[in-house]
Amino acid sequence: MENGTDRSAASNRAVEIGLAAVILTFGLVVMADSYRVGARWGEDGPLPGYFPFYIGLLICISSGMVLFRAIRNRALAEESFVSRGELKKILVVLVPSIVYVAVIAYLGFYVSSILFIAYFMRSLGKYSWLMVVSVPVGVIVAFFLTFEIWFSVPLPKGPLEAALGLG
Amino acid sequence: MEEINALMQGFGVALSPFNLLLMFIGVVLGIIIGVLPGLGGANGVAILLPLTFSMSQQPGGTTSAIILLSCIYWGALFGGAITSILFNIPGEPWSVATTFDGFPLAQKGRAGSALTAAFTSSFFGAFVAVVMITFLSPVVAKFALEFGPPEFFAVYLLTFCAFVGMSTGNAFKTISSMMIGFALAAVGLDSVTGTLRLTFGFTVLLKGFDFLIAVIGLFGIGEILETLEEGLAFKGAQAKINAKVVLETWKELPRYWATSLRSAAVGCFMGIVPGGATPASFMSYGLAQRLSKDGAKFGTGIVEGVVAPETAAHAAGTSALLPMITLGVPGSPTAAVLLGGLLIWGLQPGPLLFIEKPDFVWGLIASMYLGNIAGLIVVLTCVPLFAAILRIPFSIIAPVIIVICAIGAYTVHNSMFDVYLMLIFGVIGYAFKKLGYPLAPMVLALVLGDRAEENFRNAIKGSQGDMMVFFSNGLVGGLTALALFLLFWPLIRALWGGLRGKRAA
Repeated sequence: MENGTDRSAASNRAVEIGLAAVILTFGLVVMADSYRVGARWGEDGPLPGYFPFYIGLLICISSGMVLFRAIRNRALAEESFVSRGELKKILVVLVPSIVYVAVIAYLGFYVSSILFIAYFMRSLGKYSWLMVVSVPVGVIVAFFLTFEIWFSVPLPKGPLEAALGLG
Repeated sequence: MEEINALMQGFGVALSPFNLLLMFIGVVLGIIIGVLPGLGGANGVAILLPLTFSMSQQPGGTTSAIILLSCIYWGALFGGAITSILFNIPGEPWSVATTFDGFPLAQKGRAGSALTAAFTSSFFGAFVAVVMITFLSPVVAKFALEFGPPEFFAVYLLTFCAFVGMSTGNAFKTISSMMIGFALAAVGLDSVTGTLRLTFGFTVLLKGFDFLIAVIGLFGIGEILETLEEGLAFKGAQAKINAKVVLETWKELPRYWATSLRSAAVGCFMGIVPGGATPASFMSYGLAQRLSKDGAKFGTGIVEGVVAPETAAHAAGTSALLPMITLGVPGSPTAAVLLGGLLIWGLQPGPLLFIEKPDFVWGLIASMYLGNIAGLIVVLTCVPLFAAILRIPFSIIAPVIIVICAIGAYTVHNSMFDVYLMLIFGVIGYAFKKLGYPLAPMVLALVLGDRAEENFRNAIKGSQGDMMVFFSNGLVGGLTALALFLLFWPLIRALWGGLRGKRAA
């Protein structure tokens, strides 16, 4: 822990145990589904679940060992995985990114990207409105020219592009 | 001399004006990618891979496409040195050792010398590795032509066991990460029987997980999240580099010929082994420290301390392509992405490539020579420009990189689902990195999963389920035995250490 004011939001031990448990569950799911499609030797060769079944088994064994060690290792509880301040910094970027990705389906790639970059510049960078408008629009126009025109890779478009006749 | 002729034909392919232009574009893009946080060789190449789809359709286009992508790789390797020396931020894990002496040199005001030394020795390391690839790869490919499914599976096994044996971290975490990659590769339609595996009724999972999405999420978004918590400002030394500094440093460099040669050898050898670049850079730094007469001064900012890791890292990064083109087994995540590119363009990586597509293979090898020369020229002349990129405020560069990652993820299959997946992989990548799960084995398993499984199935089908097929002759038996030795190496080392510890006590 770095200092008193920035308390730990989660200990390394808690996250280690949690992640290992998730991986262990994943391994069990892989084994179960492989067993369903057949993890045995078929008539003329191994059935489709043969290989993944052992992959699942190895996931279970290795994550089980990680889990076992983390439970026994009490010292890990003293180590911070992420402090509250760090977590806040991450969420400040992660949450808008989730919103951004969700919005693409409705507004199209270009409009949502402009809004996304502009949001960051205004909220984190505290730029003037002139900058907040011109930089994202400039960047996205450059992307539009590169992808749509130069490499002819179409990106999803929304109502604005349709109105401008670009879709 | 057969190789020389083939190489000359390769130069003929690579020296077309269009390919030369692509080389410079690739190198410049690569350096930018290497300098930017959140973009590295692997995900940079992954993001730009979809742009080559239309290019690869034209005649000779696949060669142009691989030249563009491999030059991005060389550029990214050069770019990693810039951030290590000027900002003390290693862009890639194998640049960590470069910061030991590179950053102190920059603080002493000798950033120019450090950069010149780094670039020149990178070039030297890469050059030695390319020469090795030129003469060794046809031999390896010819040898591998005899391989059947058991041999190929044994090579894959060796690749993956090497990860466990070479990694310094927790072996169980390495295995976990690797096996998750294999499991994700198995998702979707089973190509042999047509059975649906691990889809649980979701139609979006029919196609399975594309490793490009995983690479962009794990390395791109994951790294941005990690950078965020360390703070948003980059403070770095000034990058002043001019002809005088370059010439003075070049005069100094021949003194370190022993270190250079040793590091290049270490790099070439370790690069063939997967995950080798990072240990190679540390190993050659350690060796140089022990064997140099200035050994005590290492870490205080001396040029030799930059030469050793940079030569080795570049030699390793380059020779990682040797198993990729000859056996279809990539030695690094970036080589894995390049391999994925070959598959997407409809080429079958492996020994047959040398016979079926000599233009492609030798064009690629020739472009390695030219691309590294192009890289050296570009970095030496434009360092201040590239360093300026890191001075762009984070509140602009972070969202732009996320947008670039999203575009990259979308364009792989024109699917929004992939963009959502990318974010999920990003969060996984962040958690994995912080807890010490290595990401490279997962990516390699995702790329090779289907091929490994196919060879495994064919091998045991041929032997009617008898696992002894993997020991049926000297070659496959030797490969399997070596793989098992590497797999249990952490255990052997621990037991050995325990025994010696007891004896000492």
